[in-house]
Order: sequence, then structure tokens, then C-alpha cells
Amino acid sequence: MNRIDQKFQELKKKKAFIAFITAGDPNLQTTEELVLAFEGAGVDIVELGIPFSDPLADGPTIQAASQRSLQKGTTLEKVFDLVQKIRTRSQIPICLMMYYNPIFHYGEERFVARAKACGVDGVIVPDLPPEEAKSLIRYARAKDLATVFFIAPTTTQSRIKHIVQASSGFIYYVSIAGVTGARQNIPSSYVKQIQLAKRYTKKPICVGFGISTPAQVKAIGKMADGVIVGSAIVSEIFKNKGNKNLVGNVSRFVKNLSK
Amino acid sequence: MSFPDKHGHFGEFGGKYVPETLMALLEDLENVYAKLKSDKKFKSEFEFYLREYAGRPTNLYLAKRLSTYFKTLKIYLKREDLLHTGAHKINNTLGQVLVAKQMKKTRIIAETGAGQHGVATATAAALMGLECEIYMGAEDIERQALNVFRMKLLGAKVNPVTSGSKTLKDAMNEAIRDWVTNVSNTFYIIGSVAGPHPYPMMVRDFQSVIGREARKQFVTKEKKLPDYLVACVGGGSNAMGLFYSFFNDKRVKMIGVEAAGHGLSSGQHSATLTEGAIGVLHGSKSNLLQTKDGQIKIAHSIAAGLDYPGVGPEHSYFKKVGRAQYVSVTDQEAIGGLKLLCKQEGIIPALETSHAIAYLEKLARKVKGQKSVIVCLSGRGDKDVASIKNLI
Repeated sequence: MNRIDQKFQELKKKKAFIAFITAGDPNLQTTEELVLAFEGAGVDIVELGIPFSDPLADGPTIQAASQRSLQKGTTLEKVFDLVQKIRTRSQIPICLMMYYNPIFHYGEERFVARAKACGVDGVIVPDLPPEEAKSLIRYARAKDLATVFFIAPTTTQSRIKHIVQASSGFIYYVSIAGVTGARQNIPSSYVKQIQLAKRYTKKPICVGFGISTPAQVKAIGKMADGVIVGSAIVSEIFKNKGNKNLVGNVSRFVKNLSK
Repeated sequence: MSFPDKHGHFGEFGGKYVPETLMALLEDLENVYAKLKSDKKFKSEFEFYLREYAGRPTNLYLAKRLSTYFKTLKIYLKREDLLHTGAHKINNTLGQVLVAKQMKKTRIIAETGAGQHGVATATAAALMGLECEIYMGAEDIERQALNVFRMKLLGAKVNPVTSGSKTLKDAMNEAIRDWVTNVSNTFYIIGSVAGPHPYPMMVRDFQSVIGREARKQFVTKEKKLPDYLVACVGGGSNAMGLFYSFFNDKRVKMIGVEAAGHGLSSGQHSATLTEGAIGVLHGSKSNLLQTKDGQIKIAHSIAAGLDYPGVGPEHSYFKKVGRAQYVSVTDQEAIGGLKLLCKQEGIIPALETSHAIAYLEKLARKVKGQKSVIVCLSGRGDKDVASIKNLI
């Protein structure tokens, strides 16, 4: 069984806390240490962001992190190696969050095989709707690599049916029409959309985009199967840049969000 | 010919690679546009603005002195530069702004490179009384100061984009981010035959008036079809506009001229079809300048409107099936083309257009006997005068 499915089974009624970080920011060594530390900080699933030159679904925080990571020379291949290394010490579920072009360029079949062999559990591609993902889904299903697709506040009922079918691992509900990044207020439209989606699926639905405070995590967790925090953690990493206690400080920040 | 298919694919190219938030809107746009396409009232309104406001039809002008200069070519210029706002871009923005009104959107956004599309968008928005914001790379703002001022005069807000290469690609990233955020009231007027379906098709349809007119005008004057069509290609809207109506005229050869910048071997160019590999950027699958890791490369061209690492998916399709040929000329050659047209015909072409002019020299040497050519004179060069002053 895929580590993501297993995790949700273990959690039962408990809500999943999913942490996103950009791989290679500030460097891959720190990314490795953070992932290992997150396991003890209440993180159930890790999303590793693969940096891309043109992250058009991301706000300024993750854009800047991607840029820093690319400048450090992070590549998809290096992140595969990193996951392989992490797997010798941890079984925390890991999803890659990345734009489609690097996958396409790598070759979908080769990508899925390599990801799975390294111990990656799922892939999330913000610029790839299920309509364009047929072949990727086919390769991923064959290897039990989860394909997480999105539902947005604007998604129609007929699309929701299709999206929940195409998804595995979990379904990513985008809390706001917009790009990634912390927001003061999360509109309540997620309640209705999740209720609608739940009519068509038993798969877990996790909410992300804009969530940055323990109060938001708690409130949204009441309704969803999991909560995803990204930009807030990425900012915290940047704030601790050069600090010897970076991993400890960021873990504490994460623990405070996840409890 | 019936491309794209109903999912927006031109063979393996095209499609809809966008965040989920935009998918419902794109479906909506597809449906609205499909209805409007066969709606007589919409068609006559669009034609009214093209004729009475933009100044269509544009002339197909026999460039006698330029033809004499090259000896082997009889050159006709399709004078899109004579349109209101000075380039072919207005054909598309008038069409899209009318679609936006049908969809009851109150706010218009657009990306721009050279500023021609930005000016054309600001113009169309002012004409319809809609709010307008333009995204433009900080580097382009510097080299196209005149167009920035024009946009502001027309009531648009110009947002400088400082991420990445600070040019057209980054302006488009930022416009898409705005679009995702304000999707409920905002219409994104994409300036080229690029972006997610249905944009490449819709922009092509609006620009296809160029080729429809040119074909008719040429046949009237010459009682035959031309041997060649030549147009510059950045995203590729003026080229597709000219080529499309000739698709089934198999003997008419189509040549798209890309920007070779400092030279193909320098790595600093925008010759996407000549040098790129298939990939996905800004909503569609097409040719892209990219690294071995699938990161998008920074393009270069002296012409801000060609300075883009992607190209419209239908051009990739035309190349793949061998319907069109794509070549490139350098910055230096383009400046030569600009000077040549000034001196031979008293026409200052845009730097983008100058690439098409510059290619004529190569074509003239290649052909046997005398051949006829239609060149899309996509825009006028007033906007470039300040920035090339030091180069000439």
C-alpha cells in the first residue's frame, strides 16, 4: 500500500497536517534535515516543491524560494537522490509538488518509475488538469504513485466528479481563487465545495493555499481531512537563513501549527 | 481543415495546462465563443469596429523599389502598420474586448512585450469603457518608454514585472497570477496565438482577417496566388493571421521568421521553433527554449515583441506537418532590414517586422526566376526609434 493511503488509514478521524517546503532552499542538506525533523513535529505528509523557472501558480514567497533553490543548482534528479537518502531513515509520506514541464521533459513513464524507485509516494502538478493528465495517470496507477488533483472554489459540479475520480492519495482543495501565499481570511466557500465533493468520493480532501496560522489550521481541520501549509513555513525557513538553529526553529514553528 | 480538435489540440500541441481555478472559466469562454463565432450580430459588430475604428481593410502595397532592389522578388506589403495604434494587434483586442463584454467582465488585463499589444488592449478597453491593467517586464518598460506613456494616456495601469528575465515571459506569468486571483470579474486578453485553449484558436480567428484580405487583394491584382508568405514570429499572431487563410493553398510556401538575437550559436536568441524542444508553458504544449532539466530559458531579441521562449501551438503544428518553414535572422540583420525598408520605400517598420524584411535578402538569393511574396508588415517602427538611435 502507498504510504499516503496508509497514513490516512492510521489517522482515522484525526486530521492530516501536510507541510510544503521548497526542496533545496536554502540547500538540499537542510531540506533533508527538515523532512526528518518534521516527522517528530506532527507532520503527517511532506510536500517537496521542485523549483521551476516560471511558477505561475505561486505567490511571491514560493517564487522567491524557487529562485533561490535554482540558483543553488537544485534539479529534479538531485531531489530524487535526496528522497532516496531520506528513505533510509524515515517512512514519512512524500509528495512532489511541481510544474508539468520538467515532468514532460523528463518523460512521464521514466519520471514515474524513477520517483517510485526513490520512495516518492505521490505527485501534485498545479498546471496539469486531469484532462491533460491521462497518460501520466496511467503510468502512475501502474506503479501505485498517487496523483493528487485540485478542486477550486470555481470548480463546477461536473468537473468535481471527474477530478475526484482522477485523484489518488488525496484531493487538494484550493481554498481561494489565487496563487499560493498567506492570507488573513480564508473564504468559507470551502465548506460547500467539500460537502459537494464528498458526495462523489470517500478519498480524503485536504485544504491548502493561504493557510498560515494555528487558528486557521484548527478551523479548516473541522471540515477537511487535512490541512496544507506552505508559504508560512517557507517564510519561516527564510527568516532563519544562516541561523544554526534553523531546523529546530522551523520545526517548533511547524509543531505549533500542527498541534 | 478543422484545428484545433474540441479539446484544443493541434495534433500533439495546444491543450489547456492551467491551474484548476481557471478551468471553469475557460470552459465558459469556449462555450460563449463557440456561440459568438456563428452569431451574425457579433460578426457584424466586430467587422464594424475593424472597418470604422481600426481602418480595415489595410492596403496590399506593391513595394516596387524594394522589388527592384532584390531583382528576383516581387514584394507586396500587407500594411497592418497603417492600422489604428500602429500594428496588427488591434484586430485581436477589438475581438476579445467584445467577447469580454458578452461575458459581462468589467476588468481587462493583458501582458505586453513591445507594448504594441498593451497599447491595443488599452485602446480597446477605453473604447468600451472598461478598467484595464497591463503587465510589462521592467526591461521592456525601459526600451519601450513611448508605448508605456501611450498606455497610461489611454487610462491603463501599467504594472512593471521585475521577476525572472523582466520581459514578456514574466509579464505573462504575472498576468496569469492576476487572472487566477480575479477570475470572477476579469477578462485576460492574450496578445498572441498562445495560452490555453480556446485562446490560440480565438486569436487566430480574429487575426485571420489579415490573410483573408491579402489573399483576395493579391488574386485581384495578380490573377494568381503568391509563391511565398513571409512574417515574423514571436508568439506568432501576425504570421498565423496571414498564413491561416492560405493553409489549403498547398503551393503557397509559408515562412515564419524568428529572432536569432546575437546568433543561434550564442545561445542568446528567441528562435523557439528553430532551436527549441516540445514543452508546456503558459497553458499550452508547444516548442520551448528550455534547459536539459526542463527549466525555461531566457530568450533574447532586440525586438521586445519577439523576446519570448515559447510560440503558439499551431505554429508547432504547422512545422511538424511541414506546412510552414521557420527560419531566423539576427538582431544585426533585423536592423539592416529596418534601414532597407526606410530607404527603399519610406516606411519605418517595427523591429519585430524588420526580421521579416531582413529575411527577404536570403530568400531573394535562394529563389529561381522571379517569385511573388506577401510580407506581413505587422507594425510600424515609431516606438523603436528612440531605442535604436544609438545602434544605427
